[in-house]
Amino acid sequence: MSELKLMKGNEALAEAAIRAGADAYFGYPITPQSEVIEYLMSERPEQRTGMVVLQAESEIAAINMVYGAASTAKRVMTSSSSPGISLKLEGISYLAGAELPAVIVNVVRGGPGLGTIQPSQADYFQSVKGGGHGDYKLYVLAPASVQEMADFVEDAFEMAFKYRNPVLILSDGLIGQMMEKVVLKDQKKRLTNEEIIEKYGSWAVTGKKGRERNIITSLDLQSEKMEARVHRLMKKYEQMEKEDLRYEKILCDDADYLIVAYGSSARISQKAVELAREKGIKVGLLRPITLFPYPKKPLFELADQVKGILSVELNAGQMVEDVKLAVEHKVPVEHFGRTGGIIHTPEEILEALEQKIIKNGSVRYHKTRESSIL
Amino acid sequence: MTEEIIIAGFGGQGVLSMGKILAYSGIMQNQEVSWMPSYGPEMRGGTANVTVILSDDRISSPYLKVYDTAIILNQQSMDKFEASVKPGGLLIYDPNGISSHPKRTDINIYQIEGNRLAAEMGNKKIFNMIVLGAFLKIKPIVKLENVIEGLKKSLPERYHHLIPLNKEAITKGMNNPIPFEVEKEIFHN
Repeated sequence: MSELKLMKGNEALAEAAIRAGADAYFGYPITPQSEVIEYLMSERPEQRTGMVVLQAESEIAAINMVYGAASTAKRVMTSSSSPGISLKLEGISYLAGAELPAVIVNVVRGGPGLGTIQPSQADYFQSVKGGGHGDYKLYVLAPASVQEMADFVEDAFEMAFKYRNPVLILSDGLIGQMMEKVVLKDQKKRLTNEEIIEKYGSWAVTGKKGRERNIITSLDLQSEKMEARVHRLMKKYEQMEKEDLRYEKILCDDADYLIVAYGSSARISQKAVELAREKGIKVGLLRPITLFPYPKKPLFELADQVKGILSVELNAGQMVEDVKLAVEHKVPVEHFGRTGGIIHTPEEILEALEQKIIKNGSVRYHKTRESSIL
Repeated sequence: MTEEIIIAGFGGQGVLSMGKILAYSGIMQNQEVSWMPSYGPEMRGGTANVTVILSDDRISSPYLKVYDTAIILNQQSMDKFEASVKPGGLLIYDPNGISSHPKRTDINIYQIEGNRLAAEMGNKKIFNMIVLGAFLKIKPIVKLENVIEGLKKSLPERYHHLIPLNKEAITKGMNNPIPFEVEKEIFHN
């Protein structure tokens, strides 16, 4: 039986990890995601399912524990907030290079540096443009509700194992700290080694009895082999774009203007869309659910229909670059967002849309074209 | 029906738990709910506020600029949120510790002497339930029985013996909201 509860986003994510049959969680506390490890510890998952939950001595230790567990094809998760994710990036690059499945959760806070503990979306670049070193991508899911915080854990494990690639759940302090209704799925059984091999193949280090040994590494000193590995990674990312792109269109059918926003900003922007429509302005919302792969094609197509696009993000302007790339200068694209942990209100978003797009759209378009010619 | 509420006061006054009980009560009558705290380096004595939304439809933004109702429990919150009540909306506050009373004439204003009534009942901790009761008297958005069900859900079982006391406090609050008239003279100076 599924179960209805009132939970914080962080708690729902933690509970969903247990129920998804996760084998291990390694983490280190940091606001605003500490409820994840607090909840896991208090639930005693070692008694419920045998899941291991460990507070490591640091974020770096935690991500390397993830590497170890992922090498044995166990379902393993870690979580942190922005400064902690920066510490984990070396390990994340190694996970991607060694083609290991793992789920990493970032409950973003304001930065740079230690920044602030309030919500932010300033880790967009870090999440979708690499972050760590080398040619790699993460499959990035951006939950916009407590329900999605729960649902995306299982989806993330599915994607991680489908592609043998780390998956990032990119949340923020707002979604992590707020409470909403959430329907929790039934408990799934943790997989045995035999079931893992049957389901995902025998690439992992599960004991070499009766077969050649498997080597898990991201190191390849022969350039040809390393290039072949990079090409293999690129093929996976192409496949992600073809098969597992996710986005949501809200009131786009008759829209004259478009807001693009993900996660918490998408929720607030949806209210701005409602306010705009009360005033008779037809605004739609495109919400990327995966930030990589990015919904380039739907944006490119919508650019033929709308007069201008506003990218709303809790940062100084990051995703707006991907929106611009996607629409290829067909229409004016502007950014609006607050930083430092301040959250934009629906009214502010509507005002920005009116000022930056509706009022000045065509003027700015010419300016952009002139400057690009020069 | 959608009701957008801000509850604001000092940390330790039960601001967040009042919001949580409201949210649970909404769930008990099959509504969509959201509870968004202003989290931060806040502590007992500092300011705390929470945005609670109850709706029959899917809730878009959990974070708002204007509200249908503001429940105000200290002067700082009055200064911050009086202007955030929608025209025609409701402001309800405990006059205890308030030196600068509300001045708007385009909203409905009520006082509830939560602190005094809680002291009379001999338990200061049920202050927030008295205030909640007053709010529910003026805007009966959730039924009392659903609040009690919500309390059962939100309180750990070891505190369930306190539910009758909470019910008494809510009832006390329901019997005691006082309409507040903004005096016109204020605007002459």
